[in-house]
Amino acid sequence: MTEQMAHIVYLIAGVLFIFSLAGLAKQETARSGNLCGIIGMAIAILVAMAMASGLHSLVYAVIALGAVLGAIVASRVAMDKMPELVAILHSFVGLAAVLVGFAQFLKGDNSEGVEHLIHQIETYVAIAIGAITFTGSIIAWGKLSATLSGKALTLPGRNLINLGMLAAIVYCGVKFCQADAPEDQLLWLYWNTAIACVLGVHLIVAIGGADMPVVVSMLNSYSGWAAASAGFMLSNNLLIITGALVGSSGAILSYIMCRGMNRSFANVIFGGIASSSGGGGSGESKGAEDCQVVQAAQVADLLRQAEKVAIVPGYGMAVARAQHGVSRLTQKLRDDDTEVYFGIHEVAGRLPGHMNVLLAEADVPYDIVLGREEINPDLAEMDVVLVIGANDIVNPDALENPESPIAGMPQVEVWQSKAVVVFKRGMATGYAGVANPLFFKENTRMCFGDASDVVEEVLGALE
Amino acid sequence: MKLGIVRETFEGERRVIATPEAVEKWVAAGHKVWVEQGAGDRCSASDAAYESAGAKVVDTATAWTEPELILKVHAPNDTEIDRLPEGRALISLVYPAQNPVLIQRLEAKRITSFALDCVPRITRAQPMDVLSSQTGIAGYRAVLNGAQHYGRYFKGQITAAGRTPPANVLIIGAGVAGLAAIATARDLGAQVKVFDVRAPVKEEVESLGATFLEIESEESGEGVGGYAKEMGKKSQDAQHELFQKEAANTDLVITTALIPGKPAPLLLPKEVVEALKPGSVIVDLAARAGGNCELTQPGEVVDHKGVTIIGPTLIESELPRQASDFLGQNVTRFLTLLSPKGEMSVDLEDDIIRCMLITREGKTHWPPENIPQPDKPKPGTTAAAPVTMNEPEDSGVGKYMFAAAILGLTLLVGAKAPKDFIEHYTVFVLACVIGYNVVWGVTHSLHTPLMAVTNAISGIIVLGGILLALTTVSKAVLWLSLVAVLVASINVFGGFLVTHRMLKMFRSDKDRKGGKA
Repeated sequence: MTEQMAHIVYLIAGVLFIFSLAGLAKQETARSGNLCGIIGMAIAILVAMAMASGLHSLVYAVIALGAVLGAIVASRVAMDKMPELVAILHSFVGLAAVLVGFAQFLKGDNSEGVEHLIHQIETYVAIAIGAITFTGSIIAWGKLSATLSGKALTLPGRNLINLGMLAAIVYCGVKFCQADAPEDQLLWLYWNTAIACVLGVHLIVAIGGADMPVVVSMLNSYSGWAAASAGFMLSNNLLIITGALVGSSGAILSYIMCRGMNRSFANVIFGGIASSSGGGGSGESKGAEDCQVVQAAQVADLLRQAEKVAIVPGYGMAVARAQHGVSRLTQKLRDDDTEVYFGIHEVAGRLPGHMNVLLAEADVPYDIVLGREEINPDLAEMDVVLVIGANDIVNPDALENPESPIAGMPQVEVWQSKAVVVFKRGMATGYAGVANPLFFKENTRMCFGDASDVVEEVLGALE
Repeated sequence: MKLGIVRETFEGERRVIATPEAVEKWVAAGHKVWVEQGAGDRCSASDAAYESAGAKVVDTATAWTEPELILKVHAPNDTEIDRLPEGRALISLVYPAQNPVLIQRLEAKRITSFALDCVPRITRAQPMDVLSSQTGIAGYRAVLNGAQHYGRYFKGQITAAGRTPPANVLIIGAGVAGLAAIATARDLGAQVKVFDVRAPVKEEVESLGATFLEIESEESGEGVGGYAKEMGKKSQDAQHELFQKEAANTDLVITTALIPGKPAPLLLPKEVVEALKPGSVIVDLAARAGGNCELTQPGEVVDHKGVTIIGPTLIESELPRQASDFLGQNVTRFLTLLSPKGEMSVDLEDDIIRCMLITREGKTHWPPENIPQPDKPKPGTTAAAPVTMNEPEDSGVGKYMFAAAILGLTLLVGAKAPKDFIEHYTVFVLACVIGYNVVWGVTHSLHTPLMAVTNAISGIIVLGGILLALTTVSKAVLWLSLVAVLVASINVFGGFLVTHRMLKMFRSDKDRKGGKA
């Protein structure tokens, strides 16, 4: 196959990838979008194989091995473990970028002058971004799977440490470009990789569990930039296109998540809530005795009388694996001619769109699952709102108390409705560590217990 | 604790202090409950229903003597106090300021008494506040009573027989009753205007879809405890002028203005009533305290030159079951506070108990010391403390600087870089722009599949591994690139497969019916 032909096929694959993202605009077209992505990937791989005459069988065997491993992981993963899977897959892209970078360097090139310099910079940058993505994603995976503590590790002067490491990477880069002997250059590349790996670790350990949706989207973006920089290095337009698509996608998701928390990106990365909540809270502390506690049977009574019910799930629902119970409850209510809607806050869960996936897994039709902005205007008409394992996204303080550490964070304004029932394990605060006055409102009832058990009890009482 | 529910003897009263639903909760909490025969028969709570809730239905004498704590709606009259054995406890409305003789008698009989009308206006006490729960009912019922005497539709309609305009309702006083009245009148389709001397309630009024009327006045009508206070002469004149002006265009007036411990303020003098069109209706919810309207006859419906003036004195009783249900819930909350462990414990440290306790062990505790102030923020003050939404975006300057930096970099690339690089750079920038626009279109609910699919396609780096592995002669390069191919292909296959799995789960109602039937 000629080089020109290969470029054209790469172009087709790139367009198919764009279609695959565009397809996700709507549920109806999403599956064909995924198909576009698969076709694009298949033709790209086949063309790459056809471009060179080497050990085809060996490469195919490796791809097949990867395919089997990937298939096993993908078919085994439970939907509530999606965040972990996504994080670990990001680290693979980072690792691949590092490996390809080294391989490309070792293979050497025969360009001269500026071209040579640019080529070296491309290689160097690809390895640095790849390494940061690699270790950062592994830490994110550890935090999400609770292998590592979800708490933010905040070393004193950590922003200076980060800047220092960045400067060190640039310094090694200059040295790398200036060095003549390949051995010296390799040494500087090792330094580069090592520092970037530490930087990746340090960046992510400093970020608390509640900010994980931002971190995962950010790493998604990094994995894209890593692929794009590999594309520059290898002069391959398809890698550049794909990397840029993924990079901007991750960046937009991070932005959406940050907006959902009313925080700037810099604030998430450089100063977690944990460090700013010193002044926190809204004055007096109240306990469980100050709120109105109800049992499952009373919740069932409320639901029986309701005509419109909204359900606002949070990470607690995922932890308790309550989504199946919630789905059956929804089915039961809908069978009894009650209108049921779900209200999803963009940062609920540990991954953008996490709640939607869990509900879809449990067979909740997506047309009754609404976003925060869609459901807020209608909440006043709801007879009952069930808040299941959510806290910081239903906190009226964020809108009413400028002193609150989460002031200005958009909320699902459940307190507008006629009655709110909060399913909660206990009176503990959410990730932000902020008290929630919702629990003490006149129209709020608290139902304590494991979300899954409580939902089952309510279901039992309804039947 | 032994609890007793007695039948109300107040004339015209149909309520009872607690319905069987509440009794069931008391029994579950370990209390024993005695109910006087027929206590709830005027609000469709039968003796049998009380019995099946776990109470004992007994005759009048037993109901008053057996329990330790008697619960009722109205303050006991002389006969009832005589029935009450010495040293027992009582929960009811008391209105201690208006009833000094009653307090003396309770004190003399060493009764421990709590006044339901003295619940402090703090958030924690709201579930016990019978005044709120009952006046809400009054507001609702006032509109219905008004509608009954008003000879037209409330809702504007266009019918074959002609067009009818919507009724204009003026509600004076936007307290609990006023707000309930606004909501009810709006539900019936009327246009509602509201006046209240307390400017901060404007926001609540408007949130219910009514228009808030204002007069220019330097005086604030907000008194102690969130209630209204008496206004000066100048403001009163301004109010009368306003009502006079509104009267010409009003069909139903509901007045709800009460000032604690004082006769109701006069809001509608005779001239204002006469400015109303014939056929208009006035419902005066302050009739019990003398009335807001000069012509109100408490307990009567009068006609003044074609204007009907209703002065109900026991309007809550016209919705007896609803009112009794609420009373029962309020009292249940108070009982939980009063007897956390089953036996009565009078904790004078507790603001709510201290405010409600009237007499105990032969001593009068009213008026209480240190009345707690209502919790802030109260209605309206939320507007005074707006929370700004920081746009997480950089400020405008930052954005322009960013754009300028990108532009500068691009120009630098143009000046220095070789042709090949510029081609790649072109592709890169265009792909970023496309990615930006495409991804904004992705629906929020598919963000997780979006991450999975971008994960899969970023496995395109497999191409780099493949090309290097196939063209190299060096062992080291071969191995490095093969490992890269391996991890990248895990990504490709894993990512696409998991996306597929997720997308398969997203089903609409239609798919579901089609798929499962």
